[in-house]
Amino acid sequence: MYLIKLVFRNALRHKLRTALTVLGLVVAVLAFGLLQTVVHAWYAGAEAASSTRLITRNSISLVFPLPLTYNEKIRQLPGVRSVSYANWFGGVYITEKNFFPQFAIEPRSYFTLYPEYLIPPEQLRDFLRDRRGAVIGRKIADIHGLKVGDIAPIRGTIFPGNWEFVVRAIYDGAEANTDTSQFFFHWDYLNETMKKTVPRRANQVGVYVIGLTSADRAAEVAQALDATFRNSLAETLTETEKAFQLSFVAMTEAIVVAIRIVSFLVIFIILAVMANTMAMTARERVAEYATLKALGFGPWFLASLIAGESLAIALVGGLLGIVCTYPVAHEFGRAMGTLFKVFEVSNETVWMQLAAIVIVGTVAAVAPATRAARVRIVDGLRNIG
Amino acid sequence: MAIPLSYTFRNLWARKVTTVLTAGGMALVVFVFATVLMLEEGLRKTLVETGSYDNVVVIRRSSQTEVQSGVDRTQASIVETQPEIAIGGNGAKQVSKESVVLVNLNKRETNAPSNVMVRGVSPSGIALRPQVRMIEGRMFRAGSSEIVTGKSIAERFHGARLGETLRFGARDWTVVGVFDSGKSGFDSEVWGDADQLMQSFRRPVYSSVIFKLADIGTFDAVKTRLESDQRLTVEVKRETAFYAEQSQMLANFIKYLGLTLSIIFSIGAVIGAMITMYASVASRTAEIGTLRALGFRQRSILGAFLFESVLLGLVGGAIGLFMATFMQFFTISTMNWQSFSELAFSFTLNASIILKTAIFALLMGVIGGFLPSVRAAKLNIVDALRAT
Repeated sequence: MYLIKLVFRNALRHKLRTALTVLGLVVAVLAFGLLQTVVHAWYAGAEAASSTRLITRNSISLVFPLPLTYNEKIRQLPGVRSVSYANWFGGVYITEKNFFPQFAIEPRSYFTLYPEYLIPPEQLRDFLRDRRGAVIGRKIADIHGLKVGDIAPIRGTIFPGNWEFVVRAIYDGAEANTDTSQFFFHWDYLNETMKKTVPRRANQVGVYVIGLTSADRAAEVAQALDATFRNSLAETLTETEKAFQLSFVAMTEAIVVAIRIVSFLVIFIILAVMANTMAMTARERVAEYATLKALGFGPWFLASLIAGESLAIALVGGLLGIVCTYPVAHEFGRAMGTLFKVFEVSNETVWMQLAAIVIVGTVAAVAPATRAARVRIVDGLRNIG
Repeated sequence: MAIPLSYTFRNLWARKVTTVLTAGGMALVVFVFATVLMLEEGLRKTLVETGSYDNVVVIRRSSQTEVQSGVDRTQASIVETQPEIAIGGNGAKQVSKESVVLVNLNKRETNAPSNVMVRGVSPSGIALRPQVRMIEGRMFRAGSSEIVTGKSIAERFHGARLGETLRFGARDWTVVGVFDSGKSGFDSEVWGDADQLMQSFRRPVYSSVIFKLADIGTFDAVKTRLESDQRLTVEVKRETAFYAEQSQMLANFIKYLGLTLSIIFSIGAVIGAMITMYASVASRTAEIGTLRALGFRQRSILGAFLFESVLLGLVGGAIGLFMATFMQFFTISTMNWQSFSELAFSFTLNASIILKTAIFALLMGVIGGFLPSVRAAKLNIVDALRAT
């Protein structure tokens, strides 16, 4: 018991030094937590993806479309429960900064495939009745202050022209990690306009989304589907929605890796600061340690005294940092708008923060504790700090 | 009178562990700071060197990128007839009607697919990019299913080396050469014959028209004429400006994320310096008293301690910068969000980055050492002399 008392008394002897170290720890643990959350956010789309849905796209790359006629052929395949299709619209809402994904979708089948998008039934009915209608995510509605009935003008980059949509419904996410930063509108609206302006681009679909009768048939259905269209003008590539999303993450993997490395660097920086604090503290107290030894305390007692102090400081700073992570991450996520679909501190992040704190506290104490344990009483008493 | 500099050096030397740990923490921060600047510079340099100032890019209005753009044959022919276009040595107009698409290729290392830009060029398109030279094999022949690959693509993707074949658009394409374009964005592209590629992709339209101006001063005239032509729906940009815009988002992302991190991390390192300097002052109270009694002024004490802290910062800065120089051997390859295609660029160090890093390290030293130095300078002589 008196060991703990001694540890805390010691930690508070240099109030300024301890306060500075704790502050440094708070900043470092906070930065580490935020960076880990950024990495998580990168994978959010893939984590939320279902493995009972398949995505079929043109095998050359996503920029090439597939013909609309594939819809019926896919529907006939065994194992397929339902088919829907979507086109990436890639428009700009007022300025480039307001980025959010827009999709032209076949509305009835699409929303049955995505039960996690919760739309009030009467709003969905209004949307289905209005060809210029749009369904927007709660996040977009909040950021841009859009309400049901508002007009959202979007300038097309892939499909030329200025498009005007009427917000008919706002959807919420069923889970915390559901992406509510998407904008959906009628595929027919896009197609009818294309028929008039650029007929060669009409009746083209970006991707098919396929609902399966059971998840374990995914591989079999994907193979059968791609085989159906092999050697056609538009060969297909089918993968689960998760694999599809992960392939996007893989394309920017270099950035994720860089952020990961940097997040560990901050731990090393704070380790250097912490180790320095403990080394200085122990150096100043060599005479005391010798006195304690002369009184009969063993080397293990001294080592645990130092380790305890180091861990106590690390834990106070680290826990404060973890507590701060939540509000800061929340604000950061809001400031970033729709750049990150989901920005939530995960439990894994908190465990990693805790592990980092314990490691920092322990490693920082190793050198000073060994020295104190080994110090010879005579040398120690002679030491003047 | 100033305190001799050797006093400061010896102090740092006497507390080796502390000096190493403090400078080490600063070195890591400086490393992050320098690396971010180098990455941003590398990206900037890659894109600046991709474009030439006297080349002009014509794409469909508000399409932003070549991949999203579509310029049909009629419109391309109108652009082609502009009188300002330079005439090459062979008497042909220096204009290239290009078709740019993305294909999925698999990386050699991870086998993960990534989008690679495939550019179909007209015969004069190669002359428009004087920085491109073949390092292996030869240029593709017009009218054949031959392609050449950029250096970064040849290294990183399956089937992109000399003599190998790539399959896309229901055809096999033989790689007959690898080109180096002097670290520009073309290194991350695959080139082939425009007409052949358009055939196999069944795309009846070009993506962009690139031409060289005979006189660079005529850019505004051409731009106004083409953009106000009722038959055209195009946007006209200088090639340099076009490529700078292509990576604006990625460049900003690297810059803001990097600078935010550097600032947050530097708080940690500055705190480390402060702790060290406060301890340094506390353990030398008697010494400071003696120096003051000998007649050294408060400002000299302040100067000596501040110098000690700055020196710590500079040592850390030098180590961090030294570590960062090794990053020049690395190349980053990632997807550029705007063009949606793979882009390789390397860490680039230049004099301005070295200067910025040095100032950054110096600032960390000054900020970390200021308060402790003031405390040292303000010590009361009698009390200080009494301290043990």
